[in-house]
Amino acid sequence: MSAVAAREMHRFRAGGREFAYLVPSAAIFALDETATAILDRLDGKSVAADALLRDLKELFPEDDVRESLAELGRVQAVGPARVALPMAGAKALPSQPFPLTTLVLNVTNQCNLSCTYCYEYGEDKIVDTKQGAQPKFMTEETARASVDFMLKESGANKVAHLTFFGGETLLNFPVLKSTVAYAKARGEELGKLVDFSLTTNATLLRPEVLDFLLENDVGITISMDGPKEVQDRFRIFPGGAGSYDVILPKVKELLRRHRGRPVGARVTLTSAGLDIRAIYRHLTEEVGFHEVGFAPVTTSPQREHALGEGGFDAMLEQFRELALEFRDAALEDRPHGFSNVKDTIAEIHKGVAKAWPCGAGLGLMGVATDGEVALCHRFAGSAEHSLGTVRDGIDRDRQAAFLDAHHIAEKTDCQRCWARPLCAGGCYHEAYTRYGTTQRPNLHYCEWIRGWTHTCLEIYGELSEKNPRFLTRSFGGGQA
Amino acid sequence: MKHLRAVNRKADLIEHVTGGGRAEEADARSDPAAGDVVALADPPQQPQGPWVPLGCSFVFFPGWEVDKSGGTAGLCQPVERDLFDCHIGCFWPAQVPDQLNHAPDWTGKCAAAQKDWRKIDLIFP
Repeated sequence: MSAVAAREMHRFRAGGREFAYLVPSAAIFALDETATAILDRLDGKSVAADALLRDLKELFPEDDVRESLAELGRVQAVGPARVALPMAGAKALPSQPFPLTTLVLNVTNQCNLSCTYCYEYGEDKIVDTKQGAQPKFMTEETARASVDFMLKESGANKVAHLTFFGGETLLNFPVLKSTVAYAKARGEELGKLVDFSLTTNATLLRPEVLDFLLENDVGITISMDGPKEVQDRFRIFPGGAGSYDVILPKVKELLRRHRGRPVGARVTLTSAGLDIRAIYRHLTEEVGFHEVGFAPVTTSPQREHALGEGGFDAMLEQFRELALEFRDAALEDRPHGFSNVKDTIAEIHKGVAKAWPCGAGLGLMGVATDGEVALCHRFAGSAEHSLGTVRDGIDRDRQAAFLDAHHIAEKTDCQRCWARPLCAGGCYHEAYTRYGTTQRPNLHYCEWIRGWTHTCLEIYGELSEKNPRFLTRSFGGGQA
Repeated sequence: MKHLRAVNRKADLIEHVTGGGRAEEADARSDPAAGDVVALADPPQQPQGPWVPLGCSFVFFPGWEVDKSGGTAGLCQPVERDLFDCHIGCFWPAQVPDQLNHAPDWTGKCAAAQKDWRKIDLIFP
C-alpha cells in the first residue's frame, strides 16, 4: 500500500472539537477522533498507509480508520505522498467583461480637515491634490457620466452600488444631491436598483444635508477615531484645532434620527490610540454607533503616527479581546458591533478563497474628479493606476494586465502561507505606500493576519458547535 | 460522511460535489442568491496518469520520450525548469545542497521554478 501525506491545511481547536481549515479551498471540516488521530500522525510527514493502520489498530477499529482515511482523501485533506513540489497556483482570470459591483466617486479631493495621517494629503500621498492636474471638485456632468458608466459596466447585475467619497465628500454636496436623483432615474429606466453610501468626517452634517441623506436611504460611514483625546490628536482642522467637539453633536443627531441602515464608525488606528476596547466602548456606548470598524493607518514606517514594532502585537491582542466579546454576544444571540470580526467570519463562513486581495480593478473601481477610472478610490487621480475613463470605458488590456500581474500565483511569499485564501497579499495601496509597488504582498502584516485569522477561525468553530443557527442567520446558507 | 462534518459553505459544497452532486445544487441548497468565490477552489490537478516510480527515466531510458507521469507534457526542460524533477524524482545528477540537514530552506523563496529560479540561494558549506 502506498504512502499518504496531509495536504496543506491549518488545524485549530474550538468548543472542544478539532477542525481543519483546508488550503487553498478554504473549506472547514470538523474532525472526529479517528480523523484527528490520522492527521496528527501525518503532521509534517508522509506515512505508509498500512503502517498508519497498524499504528492506529489499538485505538480504533480498522474499518473506521480506512473509512476515515477515505473521507479525508475525498475532500483532499490527505493524498498520496509524492514529492512536495513547489507549485505555482493555477492562474485563471475571470471572463471579461467582469461586471462592476461598486463604483466609488471621489466627488472632491479637497478636505476641510487636515488629518496628519491622511493618505490623500499627508506625507505619503501619491497624487498631488493641491497643485495637481485634477480639478478640485467633480462636475455634475462627470458625475452623471460616471453613473452611466457604472450602470453599463454592471452587466447583468440587478443592483449597483454607488459610493461617494473624497476628500471630504460633503464639500461637494450639490453634485452628490443631483447625482443621487439622476442615478435613481437612470436605474429605474434600466430596471436596476442603485444603492448609495458615503463616507464623511461629519463636520458638514447640517440639518438639510441630514434630511437628504436619510430621505434617500444613503448608507453613512463616519470617519472618527474615538474619544476626544484620540480624535483630536490627528483629526484636526488646518489651524490645528481638534474636530471632536464640532462633530459630536452632529453625529449624535444623525444617530438619533436615523431609522434605516446601521451607521458605522470607521477608526484609523495610529500610535495615538491603541486602546481599542476603550475606543469601541466610547463609540458604541457613549456616542451610539451601531458598528465600529478598525483599520491601522496606511503609512511609511518612519512617520510619527505609524504603529511601531510592538503596535501590531498590542493591536492583535486587543482585537482578540474584542472578538471574544463578539463571540460571547453571538453565543447568546445578542448583537455586537465589532465589524472587523463580522466581516472576517462572513468570509470564513462562505469559504472565500481569493485570487486577488480585494475587488479593486475587478468589481470595484474608483473615479477621480476628472472622470478617470482608477483601481479604487485610494488611487483616484494616479495616472499610473488608471484603468480608463468614465467616458471612454475601461481599458480592457490594462485591466487584464493588472489582474494577471497581481494574481496570488505571482506572490511567491504567499505560497506557503495558510492564510492566503483570505488575505491574498493584502491592500494594494498599503503595499504601494510601504514598498512602492502594488505587486508586493504586505509582508509587514503577515504575523498579524495569521494571528487574526486564527482567532476568527476559533470563534467560528466555537459558534458552529454551540450556536450554528447564529451563523446561518447572520451569514446565510443552510447547514446540511 | 461519518468522520468529517462540513462546517462552512465551501465544505458543504465540496462534500456535495465529491458525493456525486452538482455544484449548482449545493449552491442552491445553501443560498441561491449568493455567488460563490471559486477562484482558488479548484486548481487544476495533475492528471492521474500511470504512477511511474523513480522519476522520468525508469521505463523509457534515457527519459526524454516520456515524463514522470507517463505522458509527454513534462518532458526534460532547461535546467531552471527541471531542477526539481531531476534531483528529486530522477536519477539525473542535478547538483543541489543537502536539504535534510544543511539547507532545509534552500528553495523557500522559489514557489515556481520557471519564474523564481533566480531566488534560489547560493549555499556555502
